[in-house]
Amino acid sequence: MNEEPAKPCACSAAPKKTSRRDFLLATGFGLNAIAGAMIGIPLVGYLFSSFFKPNKLEKISLGQVDAFPEGKTRFASYKNPMHREWDGQTADIPCWVRRIQGNDFQVFAINCTHLGCPVRWFEESKLFMCPCHGGAFYEDGGHAAGPPPRGLYTYEVKVENGELFIMGGVIPNLSNQNV
Amino acid sequence: MNKLIHAARGVFLWVDDRLHLTKLYESTAGHHVPQSSGSWFYVFGSATLLCFMIQIATGILLAMVYVPSAAEAYTTLEYLTFHQYLGWFLRGVHYWGSNFMVGIMLLHMTQVFLFGAYKYPREITWITGVVLMVLTLGLAFTGQVMRFDEDAYWGLGIGVAIMGRVPLLGEQLVNMMLGGPIIASDTLSRFFALHVFVLPGGILALVSIHLRMVLTKGINEYPQPGMLVRRESYDKEYAAIIKKEGVPFFPKAISKDLVAAAVVIIGILACATFFGPKGPLGPPNPLQIDTLPRPDFYFLWIFAIAALMPDWMESVALLGGPVIIGIILFALPFFNGTGEKSWRRRPIAVLTVILTYVSLGLLTYLGHTSPWSPDMNAWRSAHTPKKFLEGRSPLELQGSLVIQSMQCRNCHAIDGIGGQRGPDLADVGARLTKDQLVRQVIQGGGNMPAYGKNLTPDQVDAVVAYMVSLRTPGVAAARDSSQPGRPPME
Ligand code: FES
Repeated sequence: MNEEPAKPCACSAAPKKTSRRDFLLATGFGLNAIAGAMIGIPLVGYLFSSFFKPNKLEKISLGQVDAFPEGKTRFASYKNPMHREWDGQTADIPCWVRRIQGNDFQVFAINCTHLGCPVRWFEESKLFMCPCHGGAFYEDGGHAAGPPPRGLYTYEVKVENGELFIMGGVIPNLSNQNV
Repeated sequence: MNKLIHAARGVFLWVDDRLHLTKLYESTAGHHVPQSSGSWFYVFGSATLLCFMIQIATGILLAMVYVPSAAEAYTTLEYLTFHQYLGWFLRGVHYWGSNFMVGIMLLHMTQVFLFGAYKYPREITWITGVVLMVLTLGLAFTGQVMRFDEDAYWGLGIGVAIMGRVPLLGEQLVNMMLGGPIIASDTLSRFFALHVFVLPGGILALVSIHLRMVLTKGINEYPQPGMLVRRESYDKEYAAIIKKEGVPFFPKAISKDLVAAAVVIIGILACATFFGPKGPLGPPNPLQIDTLPRPDFYFLWIFAIAALMPDWMESVALLGGPVIIGIILFALPFFNGTGEKSWRRRPIAVLTVILTYVSLGLLTYLGHTSPWSPDMNAWRSAHTPKKFLEGRSPLELQGSLVIQSMQCRNCHAIDGIGGQRGPDLADVGARLTKDQLVRQVIQGGGNMPAYGKNLTPDQVDAVVAYMVSLRTPGVAAARDSSQPGRPPME
């Protein structure tokens, strides 16, 4: 293929030809760069959409205050405020409600601050115990033992007209400590 | 007859002329390999690839029934396991295929490492292999999520907790991993996309490069002690080896691979038949918190590390560890690319392998038994042996009741019965003095919560009296070493 016999060239014409080819090639690349961006940007935007949407907490009712006896810690649950029909059971989120007295509440996330396993409340020893690596927390959520780096995550609590509300909608982890 | 042969030959030549089959054969399956590489040690690579092909076949079939929706996945898993004709078997093959794939891949990597096959000029073969390992582990993790049961749900929670530790980007990464701020339907869908499209696609692409490298740079000759790799001369030496003892891979060097392939297939089928698929365990119901989340076999060692690491270094290790391991693996063929190949003359390499296997094995064992986890039901189910009750005073018996009802047994065994988190109570009386015991119970410390607020002074007295009485008859109670003159308690 490369062995075309060397023709006596019309030398002045050669550079012109090349430049037209070059132009076409450059146009081809250029057009594809534009087209690539046109398809690429929406794809990337779709994939990273969560980066541009700040997490929003919503006010969620946990029911009547009176359902929680004073001085006790009780299991409670709420629906993920953003849940969708096809979430199934995963729409339910558990938490621990401690009514200290009156309207004084603490609501703890279920997730251990170590690696997120569900902590369980033991009324007699007044401890939350984690089934994964032996983390334990006191009644007030403080760190008692084991690998967790801090006390339990707490929700912001509001009591209005005898109803208990929390601000929820985000799975608590060390990147959003104040949940 | 002759005519027939002639005609067949004509057809073959025609096909070959159009498709270049002979050429294809010569440059692929028929490429020449050193005869010494037709060894039992060289079968693991093809066996890993075989496992992957089995995973693809069974995976496609499973995907025909499985529904990747948070609301339906569990139901379809049950349907697959109990109703779909041969569904349990396919699930079993897919599950055991993944175990075999991870295991054989590890053997392959070990062999390559010990035989110095990563050295010049096979750096890219090694690096693509490392990436393949990461992708395979990714498949294993996402596969665990496909089995959308309680372990999958809380396993995702663990992923969130690790991602959330990444500085600055933590929150974004969590959202990206879950497809939102909470584990929900989007989470399963994106893990499904990863598990069936992205990761297998990546593996196919990388396997092509990996195999292409085997063709261009040749398979490692069986290393002889004393044969050093030098950048200047290796290529010539290798060409000489091929010239002298090169044989076409197919059919001259493939026989052991074939035998190994059959053994692997039969092994997977046997495991699937006898042990069946794993799970699904309980449904992915977050409200069902009476659960013991455990990862699949191949990640138990990470689970163990998470339990055993001091918390001040945990985030650094969980996030930095993989990066450091990755860098070492990537850099290996560059800082150790020449010299001795044979493991007989590479004691450090051998030691590295032994250490790695021993620690992985130990951590996996620990992860499996997880002695650090409280036994959540011990306080109502662990009994107290008779000899630890007989002849005790009322105060001591009261102490035994307190120990039971205050859930001490969740973490403390008595004579081996109960949780293993804390020390066995049967011999603390011989190690700690009465004062030390009181202090330990009230203030806690060394991984024990403080019980000062939850126990009345009378209860503490009773508990300590009981623990002192538990030590083996004949063993003296502990003395306070700072006051040697003082008689032991009792
Ligand atoms: S997740 Fe709770 S101790 Fe590790």
